[in-house]
Amino acid sequence: MKAAHKLLDAVRPHFEEGGKLSKFWVVFDSLETFAFTPGHATKNGVHIRDGVDLKRTMFMVILALVPALLFGTWNQGHQYLLSIGEITVADPLMMAFMDKMFIGAVKVLPLVVVSYGVGLGIEFLFAGMRGHSINEGYLVSGMLIPLIMPVDVPLWMVALAVAFAVIIAKEVFGGTGMNILNVALTARAFLFFAYPKQLSGEIWIHQVKASAEAGVLADGYTGATALGHLASTVGKAPNDAAAAGVMDMFGADGMFSLTNSFLGLIPGSVGETSALAILLGAALLIWTGIGSWKIMSSFLAGGLVMGLLFNLMGLNAYMTLPPVHQVVMGGFMFGMVFMATDPVSASQTERGKWIYGFFGGFLSIMIRVFNPAYPEGVMMAILFMNVMAPLIDHYVIQANTGKREKRMLSSQGATA
Amino acid sequence: MEYLSIFVKGIFVENMIFAYFLGMCSYLAVSKTVKTANGLGLAVIFVLGITVPINYLLENYVLKEGALQWIDPAYASINLSFLSFIMFIAVIASMVQLVEMIVEKFAPALYGALGIFLPLIAVNCSILGGALFMQDRQYPSIGEATVFGLGSGVGWWLAIVAIAAIREKIRYSNVPAPLKGLGITFIITGLMGIAFMSFMGIEI
Repeated sequence: MKAAHKLLDAVRPHFEEGGKLSKFWVVFDSLETFAFTPGHATKNGVHIRDGVDLKRTMFMVILALVPALLFGTWNQGHQYLLSIGEITVADPLMMAFMDKMFIGAVKVLPLVVVSYGVGLGIEFLFAGMRGHSINEGYLVSGMLIPLIMPVDVPLWMVALAVAFAVIIAKEVFGGTGMNILNVALTARAFLFFAYPKQLSGEIWIHQVKASAEAGVLADGYTGATALGHLASTVGKAPNDAAAAGVMDMFGADGMFSLTNSFLGLIPGSVGETSALAILLGAALLIWTGIGSWKIMSSFLAGGLVMGLLFNLMGLNAYMTLPPVHQVVMGGFMFGMVFMATDPVSASQTERGKWIYGFFGGFLSIMIRVFNPAYPEGVMMAILFMNVMAPLIDHYVIQANTGKREKRMLSSQGATA
Repeated sequence: MEYLSIFVKGIFVENMIFAYFLGMCSYLAVSKTVKTANGLGLAVIFVLGITVPINYLLENYVLKEGALQWIDPAYASINLSFLSFIMFIAVIASMVQLVEMIVEKFAPALYGALGIFLPLIAVNCSILGGALFMQDRQYPSIGEATVFGLGSGVGWWLAIVAIAAIREKIRYSNVPAPLKGLGITFIITGLMGIAFMSFMGIEI
C-alpha cells in the first residue's frame, strides 16, 4: 500500500496545474481518491462527517450485486450444458462446477469489460471536457448493465447501449445524481426498442452457433425465458391445450416451477434469474441503509396485489399463475432491489416512496400480462415510474405544506 | 367496460404527446412550473371534453354523407365533409373563448401566467387532433366520443404536469450550455416517450 502511495505522490506533479499531463488530472484524481482517502478537506459550509461517501455507497451496491453475478455466471454455464445435453436436470447441481463457471465467465466477463470500458471511457471524456471530477455513479450502472442483458447479445450492441445511456440519459443532465431515468434501464430499453429482433429471440442462453453443431441441442429444450413462454399464452382461454402445455412448465415438476424460479435454475438474463441471490443482496442493502426498504416492500406489495387481482379475473392461463410465482419470475426481483431503489431516479420524499414503489410493482405485473409484446414488464414499469417520480414528489410536498399551513392557521385561530 | 377501455387508451396507450406528438408547442412552452402546466392541462381537458362531443354531433348530423337525412330524406346524397376542418376549428375557437373568459374571471393569476398560450389552445394541434381522430375512428355514440375526448385530455394533462415536475427538478442541474432550456426539454420528452412506450400495443 505504501509503495502505491509513494508512486502516486511521485507522479502527482505531472498531473497538477502546469504539469505536462495536466489534461489527465481527472483520471489521476479519480484513481487516487478511489485507492486512498483524499488529503483535501471541504473549506466552507457545515457538513456531516461520515465514512460512507459516494464511493463507499456505490461499492456497497456492487458488493450486494456479487451474489447475483456469481450465481448468474454459474447459471449460464449450467443452462449451456443443459441445452447441449451434457448434463440433465436430474444430475446434482454441483456436478461440473468449474466447467459451468468457466463457460459462464467466458460469456459474462466480456459483457462486464465492455460495459465498464465504454461507460467509464465516456465518463472520463466528459469529465475532462466539462472540467468536473469523475463521479462514481457509473460503477454501479456499469455492473447492472451486463446483469440485465441476455448473455449472447453482441458486444457492439452493449457498447452502443451503454454509450446512449451514459450520454443521453445521464451526461446531458449534468452527470451522476442528475439523471431522471435509471441509466442501466435506459440502456436495456434502448436495445429493446432499437433491436427488438435480437433481444426477443432465443439468445437467453449461450448456444452453439455453428450449424453443424446445431443438431447437438437436446430435444425439447428451448432457450426462451419463462416470461417469453407465458406471453405466448395471452389471448388463449385457460383450458386451451397449447396454454395448458406451457402452464405445465410452471407446475411443481416443470422447468419453471416455483423452486426453480426462486433458486434461479432457469434461462434468463445474467443476474435476474435467482431470487435467492438477489434477496441476499437486498439484505445487505437494507442493513446498510443504502437501498430503501420502503420502495422494496411497497414494490413487492404492488406486484402481489396485481397478481392477486389477475387471479380473481382469471381470463387466460397467464392470469391464473399464483402471485408469488409472478414475483419470483423474470426481472421483477432484480428490478425491485437494484433498479427501483436507485436513489436518484426514485421518489425523494418518504411518502412518495410508498406510492412510487407500489405502482412500480403493480404496473410491472400488469404490463407483463396485458402486453404480450413486452414480456419483461418490470423494465418499462420502472422507467415509467421514474418519469412520474418528480410529479409524485411535487404533490406529496404540496400536500404536506397544505397540511402544515392549515395546522398553523388553526393554532393561530386557537390562540386568538 | 367499453368506456373504461377508451378512457385508459386515451391516457396511456394513445397519448396525444408521446404517441402522436400533438400539442407540442404549448407542451414545451408552458411546462416550466407545475402550477401553470396544471392550469393549462385542465383547460385542455375541458376544451377537449366539450369540443369532441359537439364536433361529434356536427359530424354525424350535418357533415357526413347522408347526415342531413334527419331533415329530409331528399338530402341523403349531400356530403359536407369537405367543411369539417373549418367547422371543427370554429367550434374549438368559440369554446376556447369561453374557457378564456372563465379563467379570467375565476383565476386571474393563472390567466396572467398562461398569457398568450390560453387563446392559443384554439390552435393547439391536440384539440383539432382529438376532433379528427373522433371523425376517423367513427365512434358509435356520443358517449364514447366524450370519453375519448376526456381521456385524451387527461393524457395530455398527465404529460405536461409530469414534464413540468421534471423540469422543476432539474432546474439546478449542470446541463451543458447549448442544451439549456428547450434542448434538454426535447431530450426529456424523448426519454419520457420511451417510458410511455410500455403501454403501446396494450389491448384492453
